[in-house]
Amino acid sequence: MPSSAPEAPPEEQMVQLLTAEGTFQPSASAEAYLPYVEKLADEDHQRFYRDMVVVRRFDSEAANLQRNGQLALWPPSSGQEAAQVGSGHAAKPQDHIFPSYREHAVAMIRGVDLLRLIEMMRGNSHGGWNPSEHGNFHLYSVVIGTQTLHATGYAMAMQLDGATNTANPDTDEAVLVYFGDGASSQGDVSEALVFAASYQSPQVFFLQNNHWAISVPVTRQSRTPLYRRADGFGMPGVRVDGNDVLASYAVTAKLLDDARAGQGPALVEALTYRVGAHTTSDDPSKYRTASELESWIARDPIARMRTWLEGRGASAAFFAGVEDEAADFAADIRRRTVALGPPPTAKMFDHVYAEPHPMMAEQSAWLSAYEASFVSGE
Amino acid sequence: MSETTVLPMARALNAGLRQALIDDPKVLLMGEDIGPLGGVFRVTEGLQAEFGDLRVRDTPLAESGIVGTAIGMAMRGYRPVIEIQFDGFIFPAFDQITTQLAKMRNRHEGQMTMPIVIRVPYGGHIGAIEHHQESPEAYFAHTPGLRLVSPSTPNDAYWMIQEAIRSNDPVLFFEPKSRYWPKGEVNFESSAAGLHQARVVQTGDDVTVVGHGAMVSVLLQAAKVAATEGTSIEVIDLRSLSPIDYGPILASVQKTGRLVVAQEAPGSVSIGSEIAATVAERAFYALQAPVLRVSGFDVPFPPAKLETLYLPDADRILEAVDRSLAY
Repeated sequence: MPSSAPEAPPEEQMVQLLTAEGTFQPSASAEAYLPYVEKLADEDHQRFYRDMVVVRRFDSEAANLQRNGQLALWPPSSGQEAAQVGSGHAAKPQDHIFPSYREHAVAMIRGVDLLRLIEMMRGNSHGGWNPSEHGNFHLYSVVIGTQTLHATGYAMAMQLDGATNTANPDTDEAVLVYFGDGASSQGDVSEALVFAASYQSPQVFFLQNNHWAISVPVTRQSRTPLYRRADGFGMPGVRVDGNDVLASYAVTAKLLDDARAGQGPALVEALTYRVGAHTTSDDPSKYRTASELESWIARDPIARMRTWLEGRGASAAFFAGVEDEAADFAADIRRRTVALGPPPTAKMFDHVYAEPHPMMAEQSAWLSAYEASFVSGE
Repeated sequence: MSETTVLPMARALNAGLRQALIDDPKVLLMGEDIGPLGGVFRVTEGLQAEFGDLRVRDTPLAESGIVGTAIGMAMRGYRPVIEIQFDGFIFPAFDQITTQLAKMRNRHEGQMTMPIVIRVPYGGHIGAIEHHQESPEAYFAHTPGLRLVSPSTPNDAYWMIQEAIRSNDPVLFFEPKSRYWPKGEVNFESSAAGLHQARVVQTGDDVTVVGHGAMVSVLLQAAKVAATEGTSIEVIDLRSLSPIDYGPILASVQKTGRLVVAQEAPGSVSIGSEIAATVAERAFYALQAPVLRVSGFDVPFPPAKLETLYLPDADRILEAVDRSLAY
């Protein structure tokens, strides 16, 4: 554990199933979650591994595209794959996901074409997908922590609709909302936790503690381990090894099921690490040590899962196939990114208001005439 | 109910909210103290008893939380109507209103609607402490994606609140709290004008005066005094602050050639500034005098014992009318 993470008392050891060395060795705190991991089949494990590898390759391709001038910005997810893939698979199809802006793996799991994320970071859109047609995966939210309130309102609306807590876990709905250690300082996040606890809305707050809010360490955000804040709001709080995909899955799945069964919200703190920069615009070597980075690379989520799968007999052909798939995925993203044209001008005016608006009509007509004046007047 | 009834605005709003709750099961009310208390101005009185505490919801005391969770509810098809307790308390929700609510539809490229109404009791004349008498409408009029309206009469309040709730866009509904209790006739059969239409309240030939909310009654008072001095004033109630309905304003300026815009808010970068600029752009040759603004001063709303000096009254309107006529 690096010195920058506030320590938990021994009796509240983080939930871990796979050690950093890839040994399946559940922590004492993992007991309640074991039934969830026991239900997983080999193909689920392999899917988790595949998703982590593909999204890491995608992520590095996207960062390269930014370096090539194809994107304005890229927020890398490297290092956080287990927290995202585990929790993303824990959500059921009927659940709604409210991401921050780094949950590329969850977007992929929910069926969002990752080119949509590229379009955002290229300057072609502000998101633009319909969550109900994309796995109930809502748009990225750039103002830190704002989405936690939207998620909470959405979960409150599930209650009003009678769409949750009907004793049918296959249809009962819940919300999974992502945010980070930096966001934990935002007022909106506190308000979301207050509203969720007050109305007992069906949701899981999934806090990826990646230890850095751009250049500021988590110790600046909190003197207390973040999962323990849950107690003050009146909900369960669980710290999980966010570099352990099995633990991230099992903890999130159980708490989502508890939420859909009427037991109210919960907070998960997934301890992980942002191996890359905050975004392509920053330089982590200015604010953190190489030894800290190395200590986290030694806890890599993909390596430990590979070791474990190998021990269970996964074939070399499987791993090679995943590598090929990841390379194809990245190549496809690159090909489609460089083929992207500019967005249509109408995108600026057409969606500001639902009802007719005189200024939109007037200004879009003016711009069309202005643009046309250059074409005809050459 | 008979065709017309005489009611104060607070009761007209209550009737309008009640009708909206009856008409559409997706409508729900959220706010601080709006349940058993009926709101600090009693606008929601009796509604929780009638519609239950799920549809008329007392929330935790957190304005950003109220607006943010309403956004989530709207994402699932609800039509939340929020009460912000006082004008000066809207600012904790400023981010959720301007970066989220206003932009949500655009961010989704039209695949999401945000039919949320935020009711904001606003303005002075009530002798209250700091943060309870402000007119913050310009902050929000500056934000694309929002609509802003403000009724000046009980009849408009009854109809406009229902129209705002039916709008598929977010609407900030500014309620002139000093006009909550004066009574006026409410016609329950039909609305006088559309939600975003300005209305000529009184016709006149010499000078056009424009205002909204509580200012309209001050303008009518000024017009009455001016008439005794032989000056004929045309009074226009803006009703909608975003978008502004320029048709009646420009038509009136074509006739009178003179325009005075009045507001309780500070004048700099205000609704009145916007109207003055637009009228100068579109009716320059009709103007016989510069457009004049009568506003609150560019200072924080003063302690209440000074508010009569701060707020434009009929005399300050008439002073501007005289200056306009002197050109």
